[in-house]
Amino acid sequence: MSDNYSLTHLEELEAEAIYVIREVFAQFDNPAILFSGGKDSIVVAHLARKAFFPAKIPFPFVHIDTGHNFPETMAFRNQLIKDLGVQLVVGSVQESIDEGAVVEETGLNASRNSLQTTTLLDTIERNNFDACMGGARRDEEKARAKERFFSHRDDFGQWDPKNQRPELWNLFNGKKRMGENFRVFPISNWTEMDVWQYILQENIAIPELYFAKERNVIWRNGSWLPVSEHITLRDGDEPQMKMVRFRTLGDITITGGQESDADTLEKIVQEVASSRQTERGNREDDKRSESAMEDRKRQGYF
Amino acid sequence: MENNFDTQSYLDMELLRFTTAGSVDDGKSTLIGRLLYDSKSIFEDQVEQIEQTSKKKGLEHVDLSLFTDGLKDEREQGITIDVAYRYFATPKRKFIIADTPGHVQYTRNMVTGASTANLALILVDARNGVIEQTKRHTFIASLLQIPHVFVCINKMDLVDYSQEAYDKVVKEYTDFAAKLNVKDVRFIPISALHGDNVVNRGENMNWYEGGTLLHNLETVHISSDQNLRDCRFPVQTVIRPHSDEYHDFRGYAGRVAGGVFKKGDNVVALPSGLESKISGIHTLTGELEEAFPPQSVTITLEDDIDISRGDILVRSENRPEGQQDLDVMLCWLNTNPPRPRAKYVIKHTTAEARAMITEIQYKMDINSLHRLEEDKDIKMNDIARVKIRSTKPLFADDYNVNRVTGSIILVDESTNETVAAGMVR
Repeated sequence: MSDNYSLTHLEELEAEAIYVIREVFAQFDNPAILFSGGKDSIVVAHLARKAFFPAKIPFPFVHIDTGHNFPETMAFRNQLIKDLGVQLVVGSVQESIDEGAVVEETGLNASRNSLQTTTLLDTIERNNFDACMGGARRDEEKARAKERFFSHRDDFGQWDPKNQRPELWNLFNGKKRMGENFRVFPISNWTEMDVWQYILQENIAIPELYFAKERNVIWRNGSWLPVSEHITLRDGDEPQMKMVRFRTLGDITITGGQESDADTLEKIVQEVASSRQTERGNREDDKRSESAMEDRKRQGYF
Repeated sequence: MENNFDTQSYLDMELLRFTTAGSVDDGKSTLIGRLLYDSKSIFEDQVEQIEQTSKKKGLEHVDLSLFTDGLKDEREQGITIDVAYRYFATPKRKFIIADTPGHVQYTRNMVTGASTANLALILVDARNGVIEQTKRHTFIASLLQIPHVFVCINKMDLVDYSQEAYDKVVKEYTDFAAKLNVKDVRFIPISALHGDNVVNRGENMNWYEGGTLLHNLETVHISSDQNLRDCRFPVQTVIRPHSDEYHDFRGYAGRVAGGVFKKGDNVVALPSGLESKISGIHTLTGELEEAFPPQSVTITLEDDIDISRGDILVRSENRPEGQQDLDVMLCWLNTNPPRPRAKYVIKHTTAEARAMITEIQYKMDINSLHRLEEDKDIKMNDIARVKIRSTKPLFADDYNVNRVTGSIILVDESTNETVAAGMVR
């Protein structure tokens, strides 16, 4: 901070996000934080801590568990929940499958990614959450470029891009009817680079998957997929040890790693700065079609 | 983006929010695409995707405007229908672009995009000069009090990069803008298609002595845009930890909307009028000696007075007036017109009340800038001067003095939609 009363861009983005999180607390009866264990939701958790200090974070954390998790993400999640002293609510995709609400995809590229939407909407409904905060950012994908901070969902949890409320100044309108709810994105205006810089600046703990390490992987669709019990090996797949890191953490079945020697936050920041590929470029779920994200968002995806 | 990236210099960057408005064919999307492309803010996989799409459309060159295309409907129709936000950074600054369509029916989107902007980019086609749309955009920039306006005179390639053509547009614009309250106007002759004066100077306009568009965006002075004179702290929520360590802690959480609050300052809470002294300004990383806009902090007071969400902390010698009858420049955002005598929820900072539009003084013709005293029929995208009566006093400032404490929205109680945005006078 300088003497001339100006903020750096990270300080300004932080102040904006804290303001949004406090608005959620003030405007809703039963809000929650959607926590995936990825860096963006970890940053949202950190900002929520700042927003209410010295009080505890007044929201439960919701994790939609596909059953296809990186074990490291789960361990990290459990530790953070314990440290923050918040309640954890788990929505299980396996349960949605067992209850017959969704049918598991089959085949070589099978993933539970699209099934998460049903489990998420069920979890919101069962717990009567009226606002769920997530770590989505507008720079991630073109359908997200038009997302609001306060994103209105109808009682089927659906997003209608043409029927979103205009957002002016910092006057957020969280009014809704029974059954409707909101998704709120406090770090809408952050880029991938901002998130990494902020993690570095604030020294925020993140899962070690983000750091480069020798990992057992196979080469598929242009990225290194981790070998796990959830992946079906094809003929010609050659598992090998490679120095890789993950730029995003989704399901273990669809999150590809990239070759990297960035094993510190400083090195990650430098790598992101010189990267010529978007971070979701290694996400199989976005490769399905040009409007894959928009289609999933309309149905109620994160 | 550079390989030898200096981590510390990135941490010291400022944030500039700017808005662009334009119609389908004035080259706005191409300009943004050019800005992102030449500043190397576009990733390889995005470039590949755009190259493929350009080929599919049978184009010979890469259509830079495709970078800023948003949703499926728009891609199919080839028009932008809402505000889309874009991000890019250079080693000097981080930028947020609120990209809005410029047709008359999209006034509401322009107003939305302009509401948070420090700067407006207005595109003028060098061949056509100042047209209705230019006037509309400038009017909205002045109405929303955007502190800086950059007029990009585009398609200079189609007028042989002629200085005369440029000078003519500058004069036309200056004559017109003299009638409006626009503070800092700059003119830049560009060709978005070929890139002249966008990021790189090019060889075609050596007569132009100013900087490129990007250079101007990187250097325009923005830190004085905040109001540091009138202390305003709208309370969002009260923080009571109820823990052993902070047993009696009672903090007021909010974002500074104006002025500089210092530890030890005498403050007044409105509407109660109760006075106290700031005992601490708290953040997770420690106490601050002072807080200024737009910081989010938690303030504690020496006395235990009753303060809740919607109250505002100010200095005793500089208080906003509590107003129940507000004089407002209103932009109507909804397809349903205002209903006579209907009650709306009015939101002002963190305060909320019920309100009614009691009088429509005049409507603005945003193309001619004439006041329409007879036509009082407000529809979507109309801008009108109105009187609003609120059920309780709102401690509002003149919008020209403070954009945060001078703005309101109206919410329809039957649909919960945000139907209007207003600037208090």
